[in-house]
Amino acid sequence: MTDHGAVTEPGDADDATADEPAEDGEPTESTAQTGAESVIASLETAGVETVFGVQGGAIMPVYDALYDSELDHVTMAHEQAAAHAADAYGAVSGDPGICMATSGPGATNLVTGLADADMDSEPVVALTGQVPTDLVGNDAFQETDTVGVTTPITKSNYFASSPDTVGEDVSTAFALANHGRQGPTVVDLPKDVTTGETDVDPVEPAVPDTVDVQTHADDEGVAAAAQTIVDADEPVILAGGGVVKGDATEELYAFATEHEIPVVTTMPGIGAFPENHDLAMEMAGMHGTGYANMAVTLTDCLLAVGTRFDDRLTGGVDSFAPDAEVVHVDIDPAEISKNIEADHPLIGDAGTVLDQLDEAMPGSPETGEWVEQCREWQQEYRLDYAAPEDEPLKPQYVVEAVDEATADDTVVTTGVGQHQMWACQFWTYTEPRTWVSSHGLGAMGYGLPSAIGARVAADDDQSVVCFDGDGSFLMTCQELIVAVREQMDITVFVLNNEAIGMVRQWQDAFFEGRRMASEYPWVPKFDTFAEAFGADGFRIEGYDDAPDVIEEALATDGPAVVDVYIDPTEDVYPMVPSGGDNGQFALSEEHL
Amino acid sequence: MSERNTERDGLPGPAPEDRRRPKGRRSSQGIRIDPEAEAEHPPRRTVISALVEHEPGVLARVSGLFSRRQFNIESLTVADTQNDDWARITVVVEEPDPGIDQVEKQLEKVVPVIHVRELETDAVTRELVVVKVDADRPHEVHAITEMYNGKTLDAGPRTITVELTGDEQKINDAIDAYRQFGIREIARTGQTALARGETKTAVVPDHLK
Repeated sequence: MTDHGAVTEPGDADDATADEPAEDGEPTESTAQTGAESVIASLETAGVETVFGVQGGAIMPVYDALYDSELDHVTMAHEQAAAHAADAYGAVSGDPGICMATSGPGATNLVTGLADADMDSEPVVALTGQVPTDLVGNDAFQETDTVGVTTPITKSNYFASSPDTVGEDVSTAFALANHGRQGPTVVDLPKDVTTGETDVDPVEPAVPDTVDVQTHADDEGVAAAAQTIVDADEPVILAGGGVVKGDATEELYAFATEHEIPVVTTMPGIGAFPENHDLAMEMAGMHGTGYANMAVTLTDCLLAVGTRFDDRLTGGVDSFAPDAEVVHVDIDPAEISKNIEADHPLIGDAGTVLDQLDEAMPGSPETGEWVEQCREWQQEYRLDYAAPEDEPLKPQYVVEAVDEATADDTVVTTGVGQHQMWACQFWTYTEPRTWVSSHGLGAMGYGLPSAIGARVAADDDQSVVCFDGDGSFLMTCQELIVAVREQMDITVFVLNNEAIGMVRQWQDAFFEGRRMASEYPWVPKFDTFAEAFGADGFRIEGYDDAPDVIEEALATDGPAVVDVYIDPTEDVYPMVPSGGDNGQFALSEEHL
Repeated sequence: MSERNTERDGLPGPAPEDRRRPKGRRSSQGIRIDPEAEAEHPPRRTVISALVEHEPGVLARVSGLFSRRQFNIESLTVADTQNDDWARITVVVEEPDPGIDQVEKQLEKVVPVIHVRELETDAVTRELVVVKVDADRPHEVHAITEMYNGKTLDAGPRTITVELTGDEQKINDAIDAYRQFGIREIARTGQTALARGETKTAVVPDHLK
């Protein structure tokens, strides 16, 4: 990470006679600072340490202010990657990740990453350059209506109108990104606002007066919900991303184990409950486990915590947990009964409400038989794959092998596609904030940049591995140069089946095998590609070399890319066809 | 490293038709179908009132919310209030009940929004319309205008333009009555409304007053 040395503290407001601007970074007596310095001072006040971004014309004053700041800046190769890195930083650390881009193409390149953060409720603050105020609206060079473009995909966004208020805009955006249900925010920074002067000091982050988040559910509702849970014969907890984001995994663990209730997770909820626990039913939904899908389909009481009931989870809503009374805990009231009607809506913070529920429980449900049934399903529908010696390497084996070779707190990031599903299914997640993926948006290319963001946020002794697909890796592979430059210890396993494998699987299943544009027989050799960037490149071609190469690649200090030649005929199962019935998951193509 | 299963192919477990099945269903709106209760809600028309901070872009945020979530919006009015810092947005929507609930909750999430509520059916609602009709039968046009307590704004040899206010039904009836003369153009404001009597249209938290 780059460090330009000297720190400029924000001036003392008492001697605001500011007339001489700083020259060449020299400190001055003046209390005046530029709008750009105010932006950076606000980030420092908020406790930000790292910014991911790309330079450009309209954002240049802000970068100039970074020159004298203590903040680390990670220069990315593409703005999309800056947003993904900030998103993964937020996912791993829980604190907002910051990304910066210039106006126009810089800002529009952030859009995929912001949409991704919005879908997954990741705390991200994007600072975008903008043309000077007097050119705004004139289709000036590199002008885009960034506020307009990002309104549908952010929690909130601001057009900074003055050097005096720009610092507060940044502080507010930071506070909002981090408040209640987290999410992305944007501050658009016209060049004259960042070059103009102000003597207004940075303020601590605070959300606007109109924002009021309820953290504690009403006691009457809690009591009724608790009674419903106790009366249930076949209850299931459905843990969503809100459990992880709300740092409520301990409360969830206490509740589930005390009352002996099986726990199913959504994909963002992976890590909310240890998957090696007897009560863990793992992920439900389109590519969830058979046992999780049996449990959510047949339960008579679903305690859903911090989930928005995405269609990849529910399948067709008409067949989702149709016998269940639904207790829905969420900090965002708009998620209640949006997709699945809640019989007991409990609005509040996941951990707080789980504690409230626990206190209100008049006892525990009698779940002995149900838990036994769940265990039977775990055996009947266990995840498995065949791996005959003479066949090409199975991707599931690679995921399991890397899991076994790494510590429990290893952070796994992925791109989007078949490899992502194998990384869900065959890795045993036992800790929160160790699973980082693009859930709601399904943004191919998320893997490598998110590994970079995760690397910055993770502890030094924590490993970061990325499972990517060849198609997904190709979308953002230029970011390898960032990992090389910063000497980041990241190991990327490209599960290479020379295809956009998930699309190919669907074409085979639903389009009579017409593999239009999904096969990639021309992908580069990813090991030599990595070497060209200055990273270590490895290749795995079969079972014989897999264990040693995995070990060697993981032992490499800097970035390593492992080109893993997997069986191109391998598909992801179980599978619930889009909009289908979770209880009717297919175990092979024959069931589709 | 894991032990490899070199024998079996495919995942274990009973096929879909051999599995235990749930008893119930949900509606397409995710509502559990209870034989004793109506599960499918037909759309209904209602008035939602939002008090918002009067700041640039707030209307764009609200209208954008409606369009991207495909809420069926009938009319939307906005203007300032007794407090210069606040504006009131009145939206008439036609949605099934879960949708109306979502409109309120999604509106509430927009940062500059202070308070949102669905108004009671007895709310005081008014709409203004300006209608321009052919002037071939001026006396008859005038008679209709009188009948509806309207006002003539402009009368020329070829066109007459009138103004009417009233609830939605009255405006619709009046427009029907004017059709006999030949309507050239209509401009309607959409409904604006306040809760009746002592009931507050918006509850403003103390720290914002």
